[in-house]
Amino acid sequence: MPKTLTPAGTLYRGREGQWSWVAHRITGVVIFFFLLVHVLDTSLVRVSPEAYDAVIASYKNPIMGLGELGLVAAIVFHAFNGIRLILVDFWKKGPKYHRQMLWSVVGLWAVVMIAFSIRHLSHVFGG
Amino acid sequence: MATPTIDSPRSGRVSPGYSRTSSSRGNFEMIAWLFMRLSGAILVVLIFVHLYINLVAGDGITGIDFGFVAGKWADPFWQVWDLTLLWLSMLHGTNGIRVIINDYADKNSTRMWLKGVLYTATVVIVVLGTLVIFTFDPCPVIDGVAHVADYCPAP
Repeated sequence: MPKTLTPAGTLYRGREGQWSWVAHRITGVVIFFFLLVHVLDTSLVRVSPEAYDAVIASYKNPIMGLGELGLVAAIVFHAFNGIRLILVDFWKKGPKYHRQMLWSVVGLWAVVMIAFSIRHLSHVFGG
Repeated sequence: MATPTIDSPRSGRVSPGYSRTSSSRGNFEMIAWLFMRLSGAILVVLIFVHLYINLVAGDGITGIDFGFVAGKWADPFWQVWDLTLLWLSMLHGTNGIRVIINDYADKNSTRMWLKGVLYTATVVIVVLGTLVIFTFDPCPVIDGVAHVADYCPAP
């Protein structure tokens, strides 16, 4: 019988628990790297008003506008799922309802993102 | 028959086979875990208001320029708001990346280097951001030329 490369058993369970954990990590890393850039771009207010306005102008073009939509989507998911994590850790029934709470997070995230997209894209595309 | 009592995970001593370092770090990891939850709860409020004021209210992103920042930081309330946001988000983010490095970098030297770069970046960004908030000048004079804005004294 050929030696298989796939482990016979794994601790990873998949489904809501594992995938929300993966999404939390990815969104967290994305937000952190934007944060580093964001402090640097804001620091240009100490160089000159023109330097700051020039870099902020680049945030107003349509491609960056879509990037901001992605960033806000990551932040809103990370925030809502973070509240879910706090409830899983500190609320007695948290672990029991963690799946239902994830779908609430996803639903709430969708509502917030639809509203934000309409507002932000109309700013970016000059509505 | 009596139900056997099972200790909660990681209570008592953890088998050396599951520990990457032999030294004990006290309860640092528990403090870090608690900090992530406390700072996270505060950050949700700080960031949602930050996003609302900057991207949703008024002209959104199209309204952001030097004058917008000057208007905000003329008020100590927003200076403290942004300072708290800077410190909490950087510490929350740095601890998150630290945990990810510990999870995925197997070699001691790789972990040490990655964390060295991480902590250096954190200190630079936090110090820079703090100085920018407290030394901000809404009416700078650059190379003898005064900035012109309706809130600045006429040159």
